[in-house]
Amino acid sequence: MKEYILVAIVEHKPGVLYKVSNMFRRRNFNIESIAVGPSEIKDLARMTITVKGDELTIEQIIKQLQKLIDVIKVSKLDPNKSVIRELALIKVNTPDSKAKSDVINYANIFRSRIVDVSEDSLTIEITGSSDKINAFIELMRIYGIKELARTGAVAMSRNFKSFKIEE
Amino acid sequence: MSGSLALIEALKKQNVKIIFGIPGGAILPIYDALYDERDIRHILMRHEQCAAHAADGYARVKGEPGICMATSGPGATNLVTGIATAYMDSSPLIAITGQVPTSFIGKDSFQEVDIIGITTPITKYNYQIRNVKDIPRIIREAFYIASTGRPGPVLIDVPKDIQTDIDDVDFNSEIKIRGYKPNIDPHPLQIKKAVDLIINAERPIILAGGGVHWSRAYDELLKLAELLMAPVVTTFMGKGAMPENHPLCLGCIGMHGRVEANESIMMADVILAVGVRFSDRTTCKVSDFCVNAKIIHIDIDPSEIRKNIPAYLPIVADAKKALKSIIDEIIYRGLKKEKSEWFKKIEMIKKEYSDNEIKEELTGINAVKLLRKVLPEDSIVTTEVGQNQMWASLYFKVLKPRTFISSGGLGTMGFGFPAALGAKVAKPEVPVVDIAGDGSFLMTEQDLATSIVENIPVVVMILNNSSLGMVVQWQRLFYNRRYSNTLLKGVPDFVKLAEAYGAKGVRVNSLNELEQALKEAINSDVTYVIDVPISSEEDVLPFVPPGKNLREIILKR
Repeated sequence: MKEYILVAIVEHKPGVLYKVSNMFRRRNFNIESIAVGPSEIKDLARMTITVKGDELTIEQIIKQLQKLIDVIKVSKLDPNKSVIRELALIKVNTPDSKAKSDVINYANIFRSRIVDVSEDSLTIEITGSSDKINAFIELMRIYGIKELARTGAVAMSRNFKSFKIEE
Repeated sequence: MSGSLALIEALKKQNVKIIFGIPGGAILPIYDALYDERDIRHILMRHEQCAAHAADGYARVKGEPGICMATSGPGATNLVTGIATAYMDSSPLIAITGQVPTSFIGKDSFQEVDIIGITTPITKYNYQIRNVKDIPRIIREAFYIASTGRPGPVLIDVPKDIQTDIDDVDFNSEIKIRGYKPNIDPHPLQIKKAVDLIINAERPIILAGGGVHWSRAYDELLKLAELLMAPVVTTFMGKGAMPENHPLCLGCIGMHGRVEANESIMMADVILAVGVRFSDRTTCKVSDFCVNAKIIHIDIDPSEIRKNIPAYLPIVADAKKALKSIIDEIIYRGLKKEKSEWFKKIEMIKKEYSDNEIKEELTGINAVKLLRKVLPEDSIVTTEVGQNQMWASLYFKVLKPRTFISSGGLGTMGFGFPAALGAKVAKPEVPVVDIAGDGSFLMTEQDLATSIVENIPVVVMILNNSSLGMVVQWQRLFYNRRYSNTLLKGVPDFVKLAEAYGAKGVRVNSLNELEQALKEAINSDVTYVIDVPISSEEDVLPFVPPGKNLREIILKR
């Protein structure tokens, strides 16, 4: 099953996230991740939804999303023509200085940042594709992950025209 | 103006004349405003479920929104079955519920329920009103959403403080629904392609669904069928979209479809499907459904395209407009089909399975056939769910549009009687008959009180086999006659039950007696309950067993 990234522009008002997520549950579609935040227009929100499925399922998901009255517009992003980013915060076990320096080294290689240091842990902020974050997390498991928070992907088409909402 | 008055005023601007409902604590201010209202008739039901079904029945007969009203909590949850029924059959129901005051929401207050959360998956849209000022806009939007595109129920939840708050309201405020723009007009290129396909088809067939009713595409359907000399089959929800005594009409397909209809669609090479969603009861085994036919799928709801079956040519449009465009294109090209080999074959099949004659015996089938004989053409028939419904589907020929009202998608037992009340209110001048079973009728019979008190005379013809007949049939066929919890043992006495409410009750013991009773009942000015005792051994046949295709049909036990 392929992974797809959908972007939905929705009314920015109470209950809309429920209506969207409820549709997924009731029609037996799975959400891999969902990220919601304001869009460039004041009363519209932008949802980035990562889903897995065959082509027909994705087509149904898009149509069912579009059918929701609070959903203004839906599009499927082409991964080759899009910027896709996810952010993760990872608190890693670093009991000694050897571990600390190792982790700092890896963090640099992955172009991530150390955002907090304590006696026995480092907290790293990493941004990038989900694959990159997955790879980094696997690496950090060697040292022991104490806490992990991921945002889910947010994405945007590189093509300027592709996703403009009329006000 | 108070929120309650604003609500009533807004409803009147939508031309609302009838509301079916029951009051309660959290909707008292609205009912207080209704007390002085002369232009709206409120019909007091005896159960909120019946209020929803009655409003649904009203909507299906009128083709415009029907309104039901209930209080918060249990009043609202009692509407749920009715809302879900309307949703599955795309009926424009407007449900207005009281809610606890805004400051009490979320505190598990007395009679508080999250009706927005509960009805989200079974409404086209729902609202909780937060400001008196929003009331006119929300009501206009609700009616617009419910009745346009693919129709469906809309719920409006009104907290009690909003009902009493006073504010200036503007009834001319614009509605603005950015996320809702039904595609009405067919794409011209798709229409040309559709005409190419059907004109060149050897064995074309038209499959008409509920969408034909909602878009009132009756004339277009008939004209196109005659132009093409193509047979028409319907889904259960499409029943009556074409007069069922028309030579080209073969009746319903599906699990309990007519044999000639099932046979014909499985032979077709091009299917023009209009306003259908290819439900599992229609297609039966979906992987075997008309695999070699090219399906032109017309529907106003884009999500129906390729949801259940692959469409060779999708057309997202209003059924009436799409059919009209197809007709225009055919006429423009100067094409007219003559009686083909296919037509002769259809005639032959139709003759082979014709079974119009009524035998002596008092059976479910004969009762339904007799009802058709007795009833004037424009009478309205509703059904309950189960054997009574499928006998009606198979043997009651619908001759006029919007005269056959039944819960197809959800299959709600107890729907037929309250829907009959709604239908009678919508069209008081014609007889309305509920083809019922004893099991179904017992689920909503308390509204006999409504029919008497509110003077809404209908006829209930109970095909009484003292059992949940359809379940019994499945147990007989698939569970080795292990009749687990399906034999109702005959209680109550329906004649006495009817009389207890002030209705007329009669038990018949032969078809002759039934004919007499029906003739009397449809001319009666009081509700009539006719108890028709039949055997619980009678099956609904033909029958396509679950998991089988439309050709693997059981004809005889």
